[in-house]
Amino acid sequence: MNDRNYIIIGLVVFFALLTFPVWYNLGSASSAPEVVLTEKAKEAKICIEDADFMRREHMQILNNWRDKVVREDKRTYSGKDGKEYDVSLSNTCMDCHSNKADFCDKCHTYTAVDPYCWDCHTYPEVTK
Amino acid sequence: MENTRRKFLKLTGVSVLGLSSLSVMDVLDAKKAGAAADADPYAYPEKALTAQRWGMVVDTRKIDARTTKRIIDACHTAHNVPDFSDPNLPGFSPANARHTVKWIWDETYDHVFPEKADEFLADRLKKLPILTLCNQCANPPCVRVCPTRATFKREDGIVMMDFHRCIGCRFCMAACPYGSRSFNFRDPRPAIKKENKQYPTRMKGVVEKCNFCEERLAVGKQPACVEVSNGALVFGDLADPNSEVRKLLNTNYAIRRKQSLGTNPSVYYIV
Repeated sequence: MNDRNYIIIGLVVFFALLTFPVWYNLGSASSAPEVVLTEKAKEAKICIEDADFMRREHMQILNNWRDKVVREDKRTYSGKDGKEYDVSLSNTCMDCHSNKADFCDKCHTYTAVDPYCWDCHTYPEVTK
Repeated sequence: MENTRRKFLKLTGVSVLGLSSLSVMDVLDAKKAGAAADADPYAYPEKALTAQRWGMVVDTRKIDARTTKRIIDACHTAHNVPDFSDPNLPGFSPANARHTVKWIWDETYDHVFPEKADEFLADRLKKLPILTLCNQCANPPCVRVCPTRATFKREDGIVMMDFHRCIGCRFCMAACPYGSRSFNFRDPRPAIKKENKQYPTRMKGVVEKCNFCEERLAVGKQPACVEVSNGALVFGDLADPNSEVRKLLNTNYAIRRKQSLGTNPSVYYIV
């Protein structure tokens, strides 16, 4: 154990580097994003399901919607409020949530997910 | 000793019986749960036009160059079909002008019916622009070759594309004997004249083709081309002997494209 000092110094440096991302970002965590609802969405109060469910499951719902429409031709969805909705991202979802930048993109950017919906589907452009 | 063995066998028998009855209970339970889950939130659209096998009759006697253009424009506007040959659009460059994407287009008689291009063909047919579109074959070769099942045949006979699943391998383009399919070699969005917000565009790298306006059928409308054709295109159920298409086919001699290939097209031409 002649090299004990070197080994200990090496270990300390190694663990310091290993944990670098943790202590470097300590205390600087940005807060979770708050999505902005449009007036129309606020007025409706409930989406096709309740907000908590939508927050968790909207990706699965959109996946199902896609398959139901394209492959099974089932185009109406009865929501929790008993209302019937046209199964369409551009025409139904984006009709209420017409603020893509403040609604969709906010969380998607924060969580670094990049859904490819918008390669083909259109969204209302914000006119200012 | 014997006594305990007998006991053991009895116990085993009873417990096997008990355990197997659990699966019966499961089935019963599932039935109950199934009854509750029957409330499927998804449903077919109420106003939709339905058929057993959709088909179209193209009456070439009623078609001229102007009708043809109107029909093509109506279809391509409704479905956001890009036009790379229009120099006024931002997507234009002379090298890309050949990257045509088409759902419905016009061709000369000898191109549409190469087997029937006779030596002494009627003058009218020589010059006539004939509308061509996806034949919505009953035996579609494009569906057979698609490795991802992005192209599939619906129960009502429409050969559909699921653009989400298309990987752009272009097997279907090689398989289709009618050239009804186009590939997006580049992003189509800059080459779209006027975007129809109700219908999605495509992205680079997918194949597209005519879908018999299934999105319009779902809301109870006739296909876009039929609507503006002034009766030159007739759309209906080929399986229903009383439908308008079948009546037309009963009273007129009609031909189909490359019938010898066995694809069984659903688009008929009265020439």
